[in-house]
Amino acid sequence: MNHGGFFEVPSDLQNTWWGLVGWQCELALLPVLYGLILALPLGMLCARFRWIYPPVLGVATVFYAIPSLAFFVFLIDYYGESDITVEIPLTVYSLVVLIPAIVDGMRSVSEDTRAAATAMGFGTLRRYLQVELPIAVPAVIAGLRVATVSSVSLVSVGMLIGNEGALGNLLSDALSYHRPLLAWDAVLSIAVIGVVLDALLVLARRLLTPWARKATAK
Amino acid sequence: MNLFGYAQQFFDAPGRWSGADGIPQRLLEHVQYSAVALLIAMVIALPVGLLTGHTGRGGNALSVLATAARALPSFGLLVLLTILMGLGMTPVMVPLVALAVPPILVTTYEAIRAVDPALVDAARGMGLPRWRVLAQVELPVALPLILSGIRSGAIQIVSTATIAAYVSFGGLGRYIVDGLSQVDYAKVVGGAILVAALALATLGFFWALNKVLVSPGVRRR
Repeated sequence: MNHGGFFEVPSDLQNTWWGLVGWQCELALLPVLYGLILALPLGMLCARFRWIYPPVLGVATVFYAIPSLAFFVFLIDYYGESDITVEIPLTVYSLVVLIPAIVDGMRSVSEDTRAAATAMGFGTLRRYLQVELPIAVPAVIAGLRVATVSSVSLVSVGMLIGNEGALGNLLSDALSYHRPLLAWDAVLSIAVIGVVLDALLVLARRLLTPWARKATAK
Repeated sequence: MNLFGYAQQFFDAPGRWSGADGIPQRLLEHVQYSAVALLIAMVIALPVGLLTGHTGRGGNALSVLATAARALPSFGLLVLLTILMGLGMTPVMVPLVALAVPPILVTTYEAIRAVDPALVDAARGMGLPRWRVLAQVELPVALPLILSGIRSGAIQIVSTATIAAYVSFGGLGRYIVDGLSQVDYAKVVGGAILVAALALATLGFFWALNKVLVSPGVRRR
């Protein structure tokens, strides 16, 4: 009984292994990107006006408490069994992880640095983009790492709402045809994607903050 | 029908509040699975986090381990272990424990590291042995942060314990999984609402625990 190799996807999924990997990355990364786009201005506001931070954090924590499966199911009513249904909850989870990371990063910018930028004639927006954001990069990347890795592994739950789980769809086939290899394939592929993306983010941090390496090399 | 309609239909259904498939029984099962998983995760992660935090060594190894554990898909792990080991509690517990270990481990390590070194020096200067420095100075000061790590682990366990139902166990996930296969949308919505409510109750529980356990002197700062 030969069921094919590790990278052979059962025909009922109508996809290739690489296709599933691409789909997995798309379903996982787009929400992180949306989350980052929303979190950057929100985080800046929270860092500037301290009183809005606790309520924002409170609402975010409540959203984080909603289980992914429950969240997916709520949204089926509005968006059907589609990519959007999977992406919205993942965006919210990313947002919850990213806002505190960005606020921490903004707060790590020293008053002196900020004053120096102002003295050089930087406006608020330019100071934010060219001074505060680069200094906040390590904290933001730390948040992105957690958000990305969780997002990649959460996508597989989408299988339960009608084969919307990319590599996770291999799991239902693994169970119904009793083929452990497919389950290994799903678990290992997802874990490797998570670790690789995590390593890429660490690399990005190194490239974006060359001064940090010089400081530690001394 | 809208969400509220479905919810009402679910909670008003006959027999919903008693028996083996009643809400009290399912809720109890869900709490049991979650509590056992959280306890195991704490037994693994707390000592390691406390010790590495105290000695300040192994931080890098810890973060690599946490990333690897985070990257493992809970649901995939459940299916894989069920195929390999057959139906049983172990395939349910392993992914839940793997989910809660990274936040507890990393937060505990960082919480102990963040304790003001002046406090630790003072305690050493008073002649406290290392274990008492850890137990009587570092632990109480780091407790609020450590609790927050356990809290995020607990919430993730509560919301993920729904997967137990996928491999024939009980818990609140039963309603979601059964509802999906019976195309009984009210059941799915009802189950989802119950899980979210339990997760929020967990949040409240840890808030109260924080009030009781954290020394007033630490809290005020």
